[in-house]
Amino acid sequence: MFTKKQLLTKGLLSVAPHMFSVIPFGIVCGAIGIELGFSPILVYAMSIIIFGGASQIVFLQLLSGGASTLIAVTSVGVINSRHLLYGAVLSEYLEKLSFVKKLLISYLVVDQGFAESNKFFQKNKNEPYLHYHLLGSGGTLWIFWQLSTLSGIVLGSFVPEEIGLKFAVPLTFIAIVVQDLKKLDHVIVMITCGLSSLLFFDAPFKSYIIISPIIALFVAALVLRLKK
Amino acid sequence: MTWSSIIIAGIITYFTRMTMVALVDRDLLGERIKAVLAYVPSAVFPAIIFPGIFINDYGTFIQMNDPKIFGAIVAILVGYFSRNVIATILSGLFSYWIIIFLL
Repeated sequence: MFTKKQLLTKGLLSVAPHMFSVIPFGIVCGAIGIELGFSPILVYAMSIIIFGGASQIVFLQLLSGGASTLIAVTSVGVINSRHLLYGAVLSEYLEKLSFVKKLLISYLVVDQGFAESNKFFQKNKNEPYLHYHLLGSGGTLWIFWQLSTLSGIVLGSFVPEEIGLKFAVPLTFIAIVVQDLKKLDHVIVMITCGLSSLLFFDAPFKSYIIISPIIALFVAALVLRLKK
Repeated sequence: MTWSSIIIAGIITYFTRMTMVALVDRDLLGERIKAVLAYVPSAVFPAIIFPGIFINDYGTFIQMNDPKIFGAIVAILVGYFSRNVIATILSGLFSYWIIIFLL
């Protein structure tokens, strides 16, 4: 059995390597906001209020491109709707928490934290304080997201666009799923999702980001049925 | 106007995080759905990976000789065999940079 402190540390360490992607992306995110002409306070406030990298960039790009606030807000909601899937997976491990604790820890559910804590949860189902792992992973990501977007806001146009820092984002997610390439069922699900995301890329409100997982999960259900 | 829309977007985003954790009773989900949910990482992350590689900042498909494809292949191979997140990210970034800056 792990202590709370051990779990917190394990959570922190599990996402630490992803900082090689989170920090550059946060810097780009802050810098883009300034370059698009938004006020530094507004750009930074998004990191606290929304706390979702891709959706923050899309929101500002849409507004600066003349889109209505309704379209911008809807796009943020659609892009972030993938968290519903993360929550559905995590609920099994968080169900013993009090309602208030559930409300608080939900704020820290983000992509890399979900991915790494979920890997840990699957192997350690019976630990009593599992949520401390999520607190460690999500909390670490939160702190570094704040610091890196702030740095991007300060650096602004000094951040060179042509070095392609945004490419660190797909790489961090490759690192998360790459070991599942050993399993044929997962490979089928991944390819379904990836191809769907390219096929539906132009769908309104960036909805490819939730359409393709839904298609992929249907394929996963079919695969499960065939495996029986 | 921008401020209020950020706050609304923040509330909506928080609800996407909180709804399934706090408001939905896990027992409502049947065994089959739980089994399918085990595929969530494999079903979600490629929707971030594929467009991040194959679609450029202007929303169009990249050429098949784009350095991002090379970087992604290097990252997949390094990640698969090293099982190391830092090695995966850095090998992908550096192989991508080598092609843009040296070739």
